[in-house]
Amino acid sequence: MNQPLVRLTRREFLRTGTIGAATVSALGFDLTAAYAQVRELKIARTTETRSTCPYCSVSCGVIIHTLGDRSRNVRPAVVHVEGDPDHPINQGTLCPKGITLKQNIVNDRRLTKVKYRAPGSRVWEEKPWDWAIDRIARLVKDTRDRRLRIEDARGRALHALTAVGVIGGCTDTNEVNYLLVKAFRAGLGVVPIEQQARI
Amino acid sequence: MSLELLRISASGSPAPGVRSVPAVTKLVDTTTCIGCKACEVACQEWNDLPPEPTTQTGTYQTLPDLTANFWNLITFNEHDDSGTLRWLMRKDQCMHCSEPGCLIACPAPGAIVQYANGIVDFQQDHCIGCGYCVTGCPFDVPKFNPRTRRVYKCTLCVDRVSVGLQPACVKACPTSCLQFGTKEAMLEIANRRVEQLKASGFARAAVYDPPGVGGTGVVTVLAFADQPELYGLPRDPTVPMAVSFWKGPLKWIGNLAMLGGLAVAAIHYVRFGRKEDPDQIPNPKDQIPNSTTRL
Amino acid sequence: MASLAATFGRGAMTNGWTDIRNADVVLAMGGNPAENHPVGFRFVMEAKRNRNATLVCVDPRFNRTAAVADRFVQIRAGTDIAFLGGLINYALTHNRFHQEYVRLFTNAPLLVSERYAFDSARGVFSGWDAERRAYTDISSWTYDIGPDGYARTDPTLQHPRSVFQVMRQFYARYTPEEVSRICGCSADDFVKVADVITSTYTPDRAGTIMYALGWTHHSHSVQLIHAAAMLQLLLGNIGRPGGGLNALRGHANIQGGTDCGMAYHNLPGYIPVPKVGDETLNAFVTAATPRALRPNSTNFWSNTDRFVVSQLKAFYGAAATRQNEFGYRLHPRLPQSDGGAYENWSWAYIFDAMHDGGLEGFFSFGMNPVSNGPNSRKAIAGLSKLKWLVVAENFEQETAAFWRDDILSLVDLTPEDVQTEVFMLPAANFAEKDGSFVNSARWIQWKWKAVDPPGDAKPDQEIVARIFLKVRELYEQEGGTFPDPIRGLNWWYSNPTSPSLEEVSREINGWALEDVRDASGAVVVGRGRQLSRFLDTRADGSTLSGNWLYIGMFTDQGNLAQRRSTADPSGLGRYPEWTFSWPANRRILYNRCSADGDGRPWDATRVGIAWNGERWVGDTPDYTVDSAPGADLGAFIMLPEGVARLFVPGQFADGPWSEHYEPVESPVANPLHPEHSSNPAVRPFGSPFDTLGTAEEYPIVCTTYRLTEHFHYWTKNNPYAVQLQPEFFVEIPEELAREKGIANGDQVRVTSARGSIEGKAMVTRRIKPMQIDGRQVYQIGFPIHWGFLGRGAQRGSLANLVTPTVVDPNSFAPEYKGFLVRLEKV
Repeated sequence: MNQPLVRLTRREFLRTGTIGAATVSALGFDLTAAYAQVRELKIARTTETRSTCPYCSVSCGVIIHTLGDRSRNVRPAVVHVEGDPDHPINQGTLCPKGITLKQNIVNDRRLTKVKYRAPGSRVWEEKPWDWAIDRIARLVKDTRDRRLRIEDARGRALHALTAVGVIGGCTDTNEVNYLLVKAFRAGLGVVPIEQQARI
Repeated sequence: MSLELLRISASGSPAPGVRSVPAVTKLVDTTTCIGCKACEVACQEWNDLPPEPTTQTGTYQTLPDLTANFWNLITFNEHDDSGTLRWLMRKDQCMHCSEPGCLIACPAPGAIVQYANGIVDFQQDHCIGCGYCVTGCPFDVPKFNPRTRRVYKCTLCVDRVSVGLQPACVKACPTSCLQFGTKEAMLEIANRRVEQLKASGFARAAVYDPPGVGGTGVVTVLAFADQPELYGLPRDPTVPMAVSFWKGPLKWIGNLAMLGGLAVAAIHYVRFGRKEDPDQIPNPKDQIPNSTTRL
Repeated sequence: MASLAATFGRGAMTNGWTDIRNADVVLAMGGNPAENHPVGFRFVMEAKRNRNATLVCVDPRFNRTAAVADRFVQIRAGTDIAFLGGLINYALTHNRFHQEYVRLFTNAPLLVSERYAFDSARGVFSGWDAERRAYTDISSWTYDIGPDGYARTDPTLQHPRSVFQVMRQFYARYTPEEVSRICGCSADDFVKVADVITSTYTPDRAGTIMYALGWTHHSHSVQLIHAAAMLQLLLGNIGRPGGGLNALRGHANIQGGTDCGMAYHNLPGYIPVPKVGDETLNAFVTAATPRALRPNSTNFWSNTDRFVVSQLKAFYGAAATRQNEFGYRLHPRLPQSDGGAYENWSWAYIFDAMHDGGLEGFFSFGMNPVSNGPNSRKAIAGLSKLKWLVVAENFEQETAAFWRDDILSLVDLTPEDVQTEVFMLPAANFAEKDGSFVNSARWIQWKWKAVDPPGDAKPDQEIVARIFLKVRELYEQEGGTFPDPIRGLNWWYSNPTSPSLEEVSREINGWALEDVRDASGAVVVGRGRQLSRFLDTRADGSTLSGNWLYIGMFTDQGNLAQRRSTADPSGLGRYPEWTFSWPANRRILYNRCSADGDGRPWDATRVGIAWNGERWVGDTPDYTVDSAPGADLGAFIMLPEGVARLFVPGQFADGPWSEHYEPVESPVANPLHPEHSSNPAVRPFGSPFDTLGTAEEYPIVCTTYRLTEHFHYWTKNNPYAVQLQPEFFVEIPEELAREKGIANGDQVRVTSARGSIEGKAMVTRRIKPMQIDGRQVYQIGFPIHWGFLGRGAQRGSLANLVTPTVVDPNSFAPEYKGFLVRLEKV
């Protein structure tokens, strides 16, 4: 992501450096060059966003460095992720997974399209979001209409949907967990709702 | 960003006008290292180094040795300490010697510099790929990249250090077994830890800061300091005799080398033999003669 | 967490990461914190460096934690209760327990019912029905209740039926020799570490235990954790800085998910779900509210009605009226099965029902049950019976792609056989949305969005909202079965198709719908203001709160989960203004126990809270702030007895306290009672995939674990992580490898009664053969993390192909640790 920027800088440095070296090498080194250029800091011009590592439950503070936020028509891109030195737990440090979080964000294996597998098929098909939402909603409603358990054999109220299961959440925020519970349990009546805590 | 220089490869004179800049040092406390390898990838990520192809060869260790793209390797060694199993982790990387054998050996002007703060840095733009630094290093650290025909190693994150940041590996280290500061401060912490280790039964604990290379910019706390070999460290490293030659009579070769690719090829042939296939990936398995001891 | 809640009142890590720096002894057991929580582990190192703390590691393997431990003891996987029982016995017989603490803060003085008994020869508690092979009546696992309705007590602890005396007798069987016979460590090694661990019984010392999935993944996991809780209570380590029983959660927001009701049995805030038969709101609240068991105990759950009604107002908004019992009748109830038990819809039971064809549709948000659930083949077979499956993910994974030829071939199916419609929805990841996570230490931490998701990927809140709203639209258009809760759901968000998480966060905390008044009639919270205290909620519909537990997180001061002050006035690492910690910004749970009967801290250098004559100062007190120490409210305010439970009166399915049972697959019969070798309360599943192996056929003990280089099944997509640990391997003791002719790096196959898995051999001295009950037993182990999809050498190496669907009878967690296999060179 940051390669173009860094390369440019290095190339400039290389150009001046090589000319300098060529002229001086016959004479010994140019002793006036008592300073050496070092690599440009790749986070010198980045925007920093405070975030939390999504892996284990230590929940280290991380700083996500992005470039491109300040230009029009440029999509900001993550160039580096580093531990948040202010965070009282990790104090800037990170484990091998956390320190390479950039690869969790910028990764050519990320899903970028809705994929659909038809019954009996051996392939994914790409589909638009609207189509997928419509189709999923239809399937949910059909299942619920047929399988909602209104009451039990003794006539006691249930309003329970046990033909649909929902798992998730431990990788997501409290707010999304709450919305899942609200929409699926309080709304649709789904009873089998679980997450990773159990396993 | 720039840093004041102390010493330059293939140059007879020291840089003038050097003010007193405190030497920076990295402390590696092997007794609190958990072998998590955050430092390994922190280094690669910061320096934009591509991951190396690896295979599982029966060890937790990522690679058998440092490579041109892997400047920081945690080695894992099992040691039987009279019936008590020890799993010794050590950080293999450039030691940033005060008397750097690589720099002394280097024939290419400006290819290796030592900053006033003690960091030994390779300037690949000036590197001629002769590999003499490899011979000059008593720790076997610099690695030749056959694709770019340059030699690489840890820079001690000179770009970060020059703006007051810690090296990427030190910043990442979860247990703070890596620390960074002036040599004085690091030695103080190291010695305190050694005292603590001695009090808790590690009678042979000590700081590894070998005088044969003038001391190092990376000091290491070892629980079994009487046996540095257990950690893969040389007992008494010195700049190889042959290398000292470079400083004097053979210096002109380096200068010549800068002027023509011919010399580069010749020197490279002498050093490495015929050109290797750059795409050939060494099989790490072949390189662990007795891998059960390196689990 | 089922264990911690039953023992202490709350299901969470008691202290927190930063507090570990205050420990004198750290016991890492049932977890490998250096490996799995390396950054949290920095506080162990800090304690070692700064306090000369001793780190003890007890584990089946010499692991990364062991590498820096002061003491290491290897035990057989699945025998931790025996080890902990040994420690309890050691503490009691050597008088190394904190007597005053035990008397004040535990149920040691309470008397146990006369009907309680334990048959130590057979290994079952009273209430066992030998014919039905089940505990059919556990009413004897209770206290001796006096005519006043309160438990009888003997403060001298001398009564033979006092919890203390019954416990002493119960654990007397766990001698060092017995520990050695069961666990495989030497009695001498056991005694040496027992001495270190119990050294924290004095008021001037504190010790902590760090555990994780190494304890939760057993068929007796809840009792295992309870044994550890008993030990910490005896040593006086709960509620104190540097002490605690620190459950290290495995994911960034497992704690938050559980807090917010993502479990079939709980509503947000650990309120049990309504059950069939709870016909009215009143019946439900009554059933969910415990009665006090001691005269003055706080019994905080007596406020359940306020929390329930406020939650119903959050769920159903205007549709929740006093007339319709605040929408209670819209909410689903947990059904009862034919046998009379309530239906179990926990993870393994969902997949069992799915395998039986009981489910039609399934949503998986960021979860990969083919890989992370037990018995992968059963999961794959189950998914193949669904009509439809929706997976929202960052990367393609094994569950979304279960219909691939190579995955289905594991259950002898082809894609053509499987009629499931599958949707794989591209989801935003952590950096691409805001919102809060709760870490293991209960810190609710807000994060900010850094970048947009790639391509068409969407944040989960948008995916959930759009599906819900489309279903609602269909019900509006077509009508359908019982549309009332769908119509009535309070979807008030300003952007309904992608609710702002800040708005959701405000709702979770809650606000006043009307002026909230105190007993004198004065307004304590004005209409429309955010709530800031639990007891500002009302049961009359005048307040709304999605999750009472998080009240105080988002007040009129703003979103406190965004706070970033690193001030630490205690000097003990509590950071009271760094984000917000539930409950009530309390950093150490049960901190009343950090001070003695007069409110003086046990250790003046490590003050939790202290009574200054007028109020408690220090951490947010886990006690009424202005109640004098003598008020005797009970230090464990969430429990009806007000004291922590050594003896657990009826909350567990398998006994009131912890007995050693072998794993369901074990190389030996339980040396204590071979008749009931494994946990008698475990109910086996009956699908063709639920097969168990015998020691004759599968003689080797096997365990599974994580590596520090990978996170679960995610990082197999990340090039650097794949570089660090490129492929699946099996760790094998040198002696076993020699026997089998296996060299380091050879290809080997591990087979259980469920399936097999192949990978590279890692021959090591870090796992040693052991003598168990007089015979040699080998253990091997391997990491999870690989599968079918990812970078590099995946090769279908799903660790859970070999694990059993055997679950703990309380937490329903699977037995991933300590099952039987055989090993061969390929």
